[in-house]
Amino acid sequence: MYAFLFFLNFVLIYTVFAVYAERKISAFIQDRYGPMETGYYGLLQTVADLLKLIQKEDIVPLRADKKLFKPAPLIIFTSVFAGFSVLPLTSGFGGSETDLGIFFLLAIVSLDIFGMLLAGWGSNSKYALFGAMRSISQIISYEIPLGLMVVCVVMISQTLSLQEIVYQQGVWWTSIQPDAVNYLFGVKSLGVDVTDIGGLLTWNIIRVPLLIPAFLIFYIASLAEANRAPFDIPEAESELVAGFQVEYSGFRWAMIMLSEYGLMLLVSFLMAILFLGGWNTPLPNIGGVELAKWTSGEPGTIAGHLWGAFWMISKALLLVASQMWVRWTFPRLRLDQLMNLSWKYLTPASILLVLLSALYRMLMI
Amino acid sequence: MSLPLIIFYFFGILSAAAAIYIALTKNIIYVAFSLILCFIGLAGVFVFLGAEFIAVTQILVYVGGILVLLIFGVMLTNRLKGEKLVSQSRQKLLGFLVSGMLFYVLLQGILAANFSALEWMSAESGSQTGLKTLGMNLMTEYVLAFELIGLLLLIALIGAVYIAGNKRKEDKHAA
Repeated sequence: MYAFLFFLNFVLIYTVFAVYAERKISAFIQDRYGPMETGYYGLLQTVADLLKLIQKEDIVPLRADKKLFKPAPLIIFTSVFAGFSVLPLTSGFGGSETDLGIFFLLAIVSLDIFGMLLAGWGSNSKYALFGAMRSISQIISYEIPLGLMVVCVVMISQTLSLQEIVYQQGVWWTSIQPDAVNYLFGVKSLGVDVTDIGGLLTWNIIRVPLLIPAFLIFYIASLAEANRAPFDIPEAESELVAGFQVEYSGFRWAMIMLSEYGLMLLVSFLMAILFLGGWNTPLPNIGGVELAKWTSGEPGTIAGHLWGAFWMISKALLLVASQMWVRWTFPRLRLDQLMNLSWKYLTPASILLVLLSALYRMLMI
Repeated sequence: MSLPLIIFYFFGILSAAAAIYIALTKNIIYVAFSLILCFIGLAGVFVFLGAEFIAVTQILVYVGGILVLLIFGVMLTNRLKGEKLVSQSRQKLLGFLVSGMLFYVLLQGILAANFSALEWMSAESGSQTGLKTLGMNLMTEYVLAFELIGLLLLIALIGAVYIAGNKRKEDKHAA
């Protein structure tokens, strides 16, 4: 229950500042100032925008299918937000700790396609319909490499539970599983025990260097999942105005934007958990200088919660910032290039990686 | 009535209501969307029956996969041509009779069976997700069936690609 309240407020506040950050980062990249007028350095710009959006009239097109058009933004947001319900924010705080964790998350987030379909179909507009069709074909295509990369991590970690995946990537693994051992690069025959060194060395991408390409593929696929540039062909402004959300205005439109930014945050949290150590500190214990223990409290204590939340949220927000950076530096992919990338490059590479990570797992035991 | 029980009945009623709506409406797109509601309701019922894995699989496969493709197909074919999508209903009396009889048979079966006496119905087995057992069984005892299903799906996939690819060649030839 606390996790629900925390994540709801966190997503709302984060979105306000993420929109501001997006505008400032894009302005910096394009050598402009960005919002400057409202509040210091334009800090209150998004708040002002939100106030405007809430006051706007709720316009429903006359020929739109109202039964489908109206609930669509709600369904999109609900399905994205439901994904947060299994995220472990710290060692003890988070939503459900079900065994199914990541499996449930992938399933429930895939429901947002259904909301986009409702929006695109219900709008009764060519642009919206084309936008929805492009969105969905893109999301379905990129869900395959995304899912396969999750399979890689699951095969390495031998669990679907997100909390357990995080525990494996730090110095506190032995607190839930006393006989657990992490070897350098995961190779047992090297014989270097890094369980108590922790930090960066036990993050999944270093623990199993094979996961570095997996992380890259996951990152690319997650950009496409969230309809972010360079994969924003569904809302290509120059062709489709705004894609499936073109007929929405006011609060419903705000909700669609909220779920877009929410999805960015969700996949960033997921990347942090699966590959970058989750709530574990990046600093290793070096002999007597126990940086890892100093910068992460014991699981369950207040210090543990605070440090955990700090590392987790900083990692996620950094990844969100990198997503914005990518958006404003790369040109958009054409539809055929987009499909080629997914089906001809990422999917075969993912299948190969799944096979290799099964073999790598043999080195670890 | 406890809260979980209320939620359980909510999901049950959701599925049933969606199923009835599917039978009554003529708009194909509404049918597809209420089918999704029906499956989500069923997934909820599965969760309360202690079968979380099946519930999540139900959402992933049926709702996230099959139904989206179904709606996608409908969207690609019809809306772009500007035609209205309605289905006809024929043989109402016969349909009602057959489904009524089927319902009667199922109801008699359910009422006659004593489920609570079955061994696997104990509360203990329902409290865990049983993920490990499921995976182990799939890869050992049922590995032949598992692999066969995989092979079958692969064949279906290749067949689909072949049919779709062939058509495109003809188009090029005609042009």
